[in-house]
Amino acid sequence: MTRKQWFLLLGLGVVAPFVLYPVFVMKMLCFALFACAFNLLLGYTGLLSFGHAAFFGGAAYVAGYAVKSWGVPPEIGILIGLGVGAILGAAVGALAIRRQGIYFAMVTLALAQIVYFVAVKAPFTGGEDGLQGIPRGRLFGIVDLNDTMNMYYFVLAIFLLAFWSIARIIDSPFGQVLKAIRENEARALSLGYDVDRFKLLAFVLSAALAGLAGATKALVFQFASLTDVHWTTSGEVVLMTLLGGVGTLFGPMVGAFTVVALHSELSALGSWVTVIIGATFIVCVLVFRRGIVGELQALAQRHFWGRREANEAELAQIEQGSKSKP
Amino acid sequence: MEEDYILEAKGLVKEFRGFVAVNGVDLKVRRGSIHALIGPNGAGKTTVFNLLTKFLPVTRGQILYQGRDITHYSPARVAQIGIVRSFQISSVFPHLTALENVRLGLQAKAGGSFAFWRSGALLHRFDEAALALLEQVGLREYAKVMAVELPYGRKRALEIATTLAADPELMLLDEPTQGMGTEDVEAITALLKRMAQGRTVLMVEHNLGVVAHLADRITVLQRGTVLAEGTYAEVSSNPEVIAAYLGVAHA
Ligand SMILES: Nc1ncnc2c1ncn2[C@@H]1O[C@H](COP(=O)(O)OP(=O)(O)OP(=O)(O)O)[C@@H](O)[C@H]1O
Ligand SMILES: [Mg+2]
Repeated sequence: MTRKQWFLLLGLGVVAPFVLYPVFVMKMLCFALFACAFNLLLGYTGLLSFGHAAFFGGAAYVAGYAVKSWGVPPEIGILIGLGVGAILGAAVGALAIRRQGIYFAMVTLALAQIVYFVAVKAPFTGGEDGLQGIPRGRLFGIVDLNDTMNMYYFVLAIFLLAFWSIARIIDSPFGQVLKAIRENEARALSLGYDVDRFKLLAFVLSAALAGLAGATKALVFQFASLTDVHWTTSGEVVLMTLLGGVGTLFGPMVGAFTVVALHSELSALGSWVTVIIGATFIVCVLVFRRGIVGELQALAQRHFWGRREANEAELAQIEQGSKSKP
Repeated sequence: MEEDYILEAKGLVKEFRGFVAVNGVDLKVRRGSIHALIGPNGAGKTTVFNLLTKFLPVTRGQILYQGRDITHYSPARVAQIGIVRSFQISSVFPHLTALENVRLGLQAKAGGSFAFWRSGALLHRFDEAALALLEQVGLREYAKVMAVELPYGRKRALEIATTLAADPELMLLDEPTQGMGTEDVEAITALLKRMAQGRTVLMVEHNLGVVAHLADRITVLQRGTVLAEGTYAEVSSNPEVIAAYLGVAHA
């Protein structure tokens, strides 16, 4: 990621709450983080999880409970969410990674349903009512998060830090191996990469970051509900990621913003929202297969860099030809 | 003497739901040699490769590498101890550049790949070695080109560079010249000859010209069993081989 992009993102983040409702932007940021975490797995490792709501919602419940009942400070609550995501991710990942393709998705879905079942039945989750009245508390014992703007900048900081981490992971030596696995698993294995262990670590990282997003969301809205762990939320994050552009850094963020905005704009239409979002999704998949950001990148490449690179390759080929036929 | 052989397979058997694809194959590969595995289509050559590299579990039999029993190793472990294979169909990382492809081979050898918190700039320490390897296979100009965009022959050259980057002691190449024009075949043959210095190569190859030129020793496989073994002169004058192998080729 370039410095310019960082400043743009930071600038937009800082001014957004003056243009839009801060709570609305915070919701966008939570889901954007969730989608970016998910994309680490789908976009950069090639694994389709259909159970990411378990990490998002599970972390929301546990972090919410810790803050509400044990009185831990908000920053610790957030870290608990991260940890819960990681632990659940390790458990689900360990069972799922041995499966390929659709079977992998099915195992993650099945295990996520167990988490959902626990959320319905367990005494501490509040069942159908959800876990309500989670206090936001004071950040580091000083900053009052009941002030919306304080809360907003806390969420923005979490988001930017997590987004930076994701960009770093993608760029790291580890991320390079993930891309290799996505591109050609058998070849990665034949070079000596222990593919299953790489996949598991990617799964844990992705789940931990999804947990971070869930815990943050619980603090923002001061409740955790069954919707957070429901399979439709797992589906929604898939949709956001594909809509924005899987395997692109900014795609999931754009996808999440779009879906959250659609939900809120169309909320008056009741259950029709689902239909409209579903239709939007179908159109996008058919017309812009690479997602919004993916298509924009492809367009930019065709018009600028693409041409230059093609020229370089051509030149190289000509050089090559003149060498081999003196 | 035992140490003469880097790899020894004893009584390898592979059954697929009742169908016996490999039926009691014994194979000894001498250290430092180029050993060819030939035979008609469906003879079980690729399956033997899959067994040796643990991409498939053996039904029966034993595999020794440097005297170690590796019969129940994982494929990644097999590669880590020095046996790196290539695949019959071209097998690159398509949406990574040629440079990145080769770097992945170097990175595999160097380790430290779980470091998700470290900067990607670290990978540049492999650039020089990667470029040198690309140079050797005639791909230096293509360093920044996506593997998917390379012509077929160059993809296969890239594969060899990537395999070499992992610095294997024993290279298993499954038909490195398959589907190539004569010019490319010559280039790859010359390349393999150079690359084989100081290594052991076990290769499946259909092109008998290449085999004659490169191989120190040849094993002929037919319907899952070893039909003959020896030098090119020995094997090519064996009437059974002529009947089975050449007979098929000329049919
Ligand atoms: N996974 C599998 N399941 C079932 N049968 C298989 C499997 N892999 C290979 N076979 C069968 O085993 C036999 C040997 O196949 P193999 O691919 O090893 O042959 P080969 O000698 O490499 O042939 P070719 O020259 O065409 O590459 C064939 O009859 C093939 O159909
Ligand atoms: Mg074969």
